[in-house]
Amino acid sequence: MRKTLILAAALLSTGAANAGNVTLLNVSYDPTRELYKDINGAFASDWKQKTGDTVTINMSHGGSGAQARAVIDGLDADVATLALAYDIDSIASKAKLLAPDWQKRLPQGSTPYTSTIVFLVRKGNPWKIKDWPDLIKPGVHVVTPNPKTSGGARWSYLAAWAYAEKAPGGNAAKAKAFVAELYKHVPVLDTGARGATTTFAQRGIGDVLLSWENEAHLALKEAGGDKFQIVYPSNSILAEPPVAVVDKNVDRHGTRKVAEAYLQFLYTKPAQEIEAKDFYRPRDASVLAAHSADFPKIALYTIDDVFGGWTKAQQVHFSDGGMFDQIYKPGQ
Amino acid sequence: MKPLIRPRSATDDHPLTKIVLSAVAVVFIALFLVMPLATVFSEALAKGWEAARDALIAPDALDAIRLTLIVAAIAVPLNMVFGLAASWCVAKFDFKGKNLLVTLIDIPFSVSPVVSGLVYVLIFGLQGWLGQDLRDHGIKIIFALPGIVLATMFVTFPFVARELIPLMTDQGRDEEEAAVSLGASGWSTFRRVTLPNVKWALLYGVLLCNARAMGEFGAVSVVSGHIRGLTDTMPLHVEVLYNDYQYVGAFAVASLLAMLALVTLGLKSLLEWRFAGEIAATHKH
Amino acid sequence: MPGFGFSLGFTLFYLSAIVLVPLAALIIRPWELGWSGFWAEITQPRVLAALKLSFGASAIAAAVNSIFGLVVVWVLVRYRFPGKRIVDALVDLPFALPTAVAGIALSALYAPNGWLGAPLEQAGVKVAYTPYGVMVALIFIGLPFVVRTLQPVLSDLSRDAEEAAATLGATRMQTFRRVILPSLAPTLLTGTAMAFARAVGEYGSVIFIAGNLPMVSEITPLLIIIKLQEYDYAGAAAIGVVMLGVSFFFLFALNGLQAWIGSRR
Repeated sequence: MRKTLILAAALLSTGAANAGNVTLLNVSYDPTRELYKDINGAFASDWKQKTGDTVTINMSHGGSGAQARAVIDGLDADVATLALAYDIDSIASKAKLLAPDWQKRLPQGSTPYTSTIVFLVRKGNPWKIKDWPDLIKPGVHVVTPNPKTSGGARWSYLAAWAYAEKAPGGNAAKAKAFVAELYKHVPVLDTGARGATTTFAQRGIGDVLLSWENEAHLALKEAGGDKFQIVYPSNSILAEPPVAVVDKNVDRHGTRKVAEAYLQFLYTKPAQEIEAKDFYRPRDASVLAAHSADFPKIALYTIDDVFGGWTKAQQVHFSDGGMFDQIYKPGQ
Repeated sequence: MKPLIRPRSATDDHPLTKIVLSAVAVVFIALFLVMPLATVFSEALAKGWEAARDALIAPDALDAIRLTLIVAAIAVPLNMVFGLAASWCVAKFDFKGKNLLVTLIDIPFSVSPVVSGLVYVLIFGLQGWLGQDLRDHGIKIIFALPGIVLATMFVTFPFVARELIPLMTDQGRDEEEAAVSLGASGWSTFRRVTLPNVKWALLYGVLLCNARAMGEFGAVSVVSGHIRGLTDTMPLHVEVLYNDYQYVGAFAVASLLAMLALVTLGLKSLLEWRFAGEIAATHKH
Repeated sequence: MPGFGFSLGFTLFYLSAIVLVPLAALIIRPWELGWSGFWAEITQPRVLAALKLSFGASAIAAAVNSIFGLVVVWVLVRYRFPGKRIVDALVDLPFALPTAVAGIALSALYAPNGWLGAPLEQAGVKVAYTPYGVMVALIFIGLPFVVRTLQPVLSDLSRDAEEAAATLGATRMQTFRRVILPSLAPTLLTGTAMAFARAVGEYGSVIFIAGNLPMVSEITPLLIIIKLQEYDYAGAAAIGVVMLGVSFFFLFALNGLQAWIGSRR
């Protein structure tokens, strides 16, 4: 039965593309659409110069968790560039497509750029939102996506939690109460960061959008700069979106060399320039210094400091029946 | 006595009733059907005709249009052949379990599109039933063309059969039996007798099947993998552009799909108008 | 009559390959949880809330469609007015318009800054991103089922009984209630049930306008997607099986209903 089915499937199949040129598939999360459009062009010409080969990079975007799931289900990614380490860990643990120590293979825990969570408010800041406590003022509506499906939303949740736990007199119980109250102010829970931005910017829902810094800048740019403004809270979280080569897929495609070069390229100066231009905080100190006006210095907690790493944070906060499920009970 | 507002005949409604009911119907249709349609075109042209045209001739959009056409070109003919075979055996023969068969043919019609996509992930996904074997043989089903075609076929499966079965049942088998008794082969009976009798209903079913095949979103979204230029169909490309802040582009591609819908409706109305008698029978189920 | 073996064989093969085998794979999957695990999965508050919303909103949308669908059919069959042919053609729009297109159009229309959303917002009614939004989308996709099922039956309905009722002194309303409605009722019920069955599984047109708040405006098909994204294949399949069971039930009920109507005619 199985043999027959596989044979039948073979008849249906288009098979793998075997063109003379190299093709990579980068499976990424939602807000990187603009970033990788720019990066891919730069890398292709760099690679052409160095090797004479033409490389085409195909992109797939979606919620970080959804994208990880697609790779686990067989989406043939050569590289995964996702919103948080846990999602690539899942690809390693559930589908065994790459080694569990993948994060050690590239500098800075395989995160060539960082970001953080900021507030996007409507022009003039009518609710006078300045810091985290302002979000739970009566009447304020906060837009953020669903932490169960969106990577950015998980960073937002953890940023709020870290603020409340680390505030003077703060502790885990107070943090839980604060975050629970915060989610009572959320009228729409989109599945991805981009959906949330659309809801806030285009559909006019809510007073504050909890957003990736890069996403907030992009929304500002798209709206023409006179509809929104960005508010930096007193502290936030250091969001580290990691990148990894998916070992089993590149070895099957024979694309390891170019895939590795692609990810290393992300750390080069020209690439760091592009990342800074698209409002991701570059790792390169000199590039960061050149763009310091775009990236105000605020106190940033790391996930290791406050939550003991992603595996633990995921387990405690976002697993089935975890903290988020306990505190988020709309309609009751 | 006020003759003006008296019903003209016993089965005619009061003129006031006529006006109120007509108004209710027209307003309901306008609110729920016309306005969404108008929104699509108005948003597409929000930044002028050129912006909409540019969005349609962008490489990704052209790739999406091509993929959609390929998918429909594979799925629709297969479902048409199936519809003919199924209605032939259901309408022209008596056998045990016929009602069950008809119900089974109807299943995809009431299964959530998301479930239709999910089933193929459960079978062909890397963690699914056949996933690892397929990968070992270098065969791609989901996140590639075959998966998208399968999901589309599932969703549009009953469309042709549903149009044909009631009509062919009504027509009975006398003409075919006459043809066979005069020595015609099964195939030529089918071609010369049955097909001409059902051609309009067949065309009608194919039209609806095609509209749905080109427009399917939920099922295809689950199995596509959303690789730009490779596995994004037109409806998925609408979502991609929508999420890219390219609202004009999203609505431009959407308006292309909406025009397809309008053409489908136009052809359908034309069919109904020209061949009202033949087609009315297809509705009697 | 020739061709039975071939046509039945092909039908069964194609049906099995495209529909039955895949659905079997779905039905087998959740049982790795065991019966108690399956039960626990589908009785989670969030799953129950999604099922309640999907079935509740679908029922309301189907009810709205049965009333307005009847009015539309009545007007289309019994009255003459300019533009009637266009209205008649437009009824099928939800069949032909891709659901994703309907979804973005409805959400643009009913958002607080949309053509209909703005005046509604002023009146204090929020449609987009609430359960009402779900209902609006489901009304949109369900309307043609009611109209197209009812239309031929009303066209064929003889007016003799109406005339008799009028001769016996019945008012128009009494005639409608006692004579016309009873003869339309089974078909109306069929059309409404079809609209309901389609609405329960609808995804594309709903997700853009629903706001997708867990427990409030999260429909069942979306929850399946979310379960899938959380790597909970068995959980996703369990909800899928529940929906499939309901679809089956409705199909059998509908086919039974149609057989009954057929026997009455």
